[in-house]
Amino acid sequence: MTLTAELRVTRGNFDLSLDLVIAPGEVVALLGPNGAGKSTTLRALAGLSPLTSGRISLGESTWDSAETFVHSEQRPIGVVFQDYLLFAHMTALENVAFGLRARGVRRAEARAEASRWLDRVGLGEYAQRKPRALSGGQAQRVALARALVTGPSLLLLDEPLAALDASTRLQVRSELGRHLAEFGGHTLLVTHDPLDAMVLADRLVILENGRAVQQGTPSEVARQPRTDYVANLVGLNLYRGVAGGSTVDLADGGTVTIASPASGSVHVAFPPSAVSLHPSKPEGSPRNTWQVTVAAIEQHAHTTRVRLDGAPSVLADITTATLADLRLRPGDSLWAAVKATETHTYPA
Amino acid sequence: MRRRRGRLPVVLALPAFLGLAFLLVPLAGLLIKAPWGTLSGQLFSAEVGEALKLSLICASLATVLCLVFGIPLAWLLARSGLPGRGFLRALVTVPLVLPPVVGGVALLLVLGRRGLVGEYLDSWFGISLPFTTAGVVVAEAFVAMPFLVISVEGALRAADPRFEEAAATLGASRWLTFRRVTLPSVLPGVVAGGVLCWARALGEFGATITFAGNFPGETTTMPLAVYLALETDPDAAIVLSIVLLLVSVGVLAGLRDRWISGPT
Repeated sequence: MTLTAELRVTRGNFDLSLDLVIAPGEVVALLGPNGAGKSTTLRALAGLSPLTSGRISLGESTWDSAETFVHSEQRPIGVVFQDYLLFAHMTALENVAFGLRARGVRRAEARAEASRWLDRVGLGEYAQRKPRALSGGQAQRVALARALVTGPSLLLLDEPLAALDASTRLQVRSELGRHLAEFGGHTLLVTHDPLDAMVLADRLVILENGRAVQQGTPSEVARQPRTDYVANLVGLNLYRGVAGGSTVDLADGGTVTIASPASGSVHVAFPPSAVSLHPSKPEGSPRNTWQVTVAAIEQHAHTTRVRLDGAPSVLADITTATLADLRLRPGDSLWAAVKATETHTYPA
Repeated sequence: MRRRRGRLPVVLALPAFLGLAFLLVPLAGLLIKAPWGTLSGQLFSAEVGEALKLSLICASLATVLCLVFGIPLAWLLARSGLPGRGFLRALVTVPLVLPPVVGGVALLLVLGRRGLVGEYLDSWFGISLPFTTAGVVVAEAFVAMPFLVISVEGALRAADPRFEEAAATLGASRWLTFRRVTLPSVLPGVVAGGVLCWARALGEFGATITFAGNFPGETTTMPLAVYLALETDPDAAIVLSIVLLLVSVGVLAGLRDRWISGPT
């Protein structure tokens, strides 16, 4: 059974038009900036808001179309919400058992099954705790157990790790990955965190302004981003231009020498770490050099990322030592250099 | 850093203290004038006991009636996409500001033996509400229900509807969601509304005497008994009043935490 969805939702000025296909056992991550339509997609699949047109079907059964609308409570789904939405007046066990009780499973049976799931997510001893007495990571796992206990065909995860602090996140992410690998149904992971998407998903769908702008496996998307948003996500400098032999005329201005000849409309990408900065025009080896001015300096854990304006504008990662040598300040004028062999060119 | 603490301006302080005295002196007077010597005798006399019992029973029944009909009404106002909800909400609050006597007259016109509905109640089912204990309950419920509806509706509107969506994705019908998710989450509002409603019903006078009359043992509740006793036996009136005062203060004390801390 494959989940196929032609999602068409119009609301005010916003309009979503997204075709999604999820195979059994596949984890698809829907990645995009705020307001791209990620939540709208999730709500439509969950049956919380109807489509304007299009259809959603799982195998033979149709969930949403011009003729039919299956309400949330009748869809075989499980949803993990961003802030989990655990019922505050119920214990962890009652929260997990809720879906089974709602589907008519007898109390004792529902509790036994819920208890097994709590054990599975490693929270057996927290069964009698109220959500308020759980940590963020524990609440997330209860929410996951609650969503999976009914054996859904479609699992929807809405920013499942966004509410966690960095250290918990790492651990919960790997646990989530393990559970997703065991889950045989269809999974859609909605996130704006590229790392979550890369680690957890088999396939990425990048959504911008209600449209899918790129699809592919995490490594494909990371190596060949097609929009600035994706390039930023994976930390690449990305340019569009027209190639003629070993040079590319960029759409935003400037020319780049590339490693292997190409022709026609292309993307040129290179990582910020491939960019070196010099106080004066460097001489020597075949490389691209152009004049830039410092727009902003961001301190990251081990490197410093410099945003540079110029033709083209570029991101550069430099070491703290270089930063000290160059004494960079916004507005400073510099030369940027990139070796042709560091660039990666692919058809647009 | 020193806090600026001038003296209280007299134009504000004087009326403030007068206002305070105005609210507290009558209550103090009640306690001062109480016939403490014969109090216990009065307190356990047959009339007082009878009126108190009737009052407690009627107010409790009226509260149950308000809960049964008021909670769904509050839900309708807060959650359903019903058109004209704002107007409905305004209508519901009318009994809140309506003089209770007018409420009593309106009830008589509708539920009286010749009333719009009462006529059929009488001829079809042989039910006659005016001047009966049931009539007391109806009159009290009419006056007290808006307190419950407003309180519960406020709690419902403050409750996050996404929890109901979460319940729906777990396979819960709207009724199950209401019972197991919505209602428990607004329970503090329901309790506060219920207590207010009960206190209002307990003190109800105008609508009760108009619609249910004044028959000792049947419709003479505490407030009616106070009013009656004032003419014949002022001491008894004071004792009855003190009992009502104590009940009111008890309710206030019970609700204080909820009012200050709000729903948790």
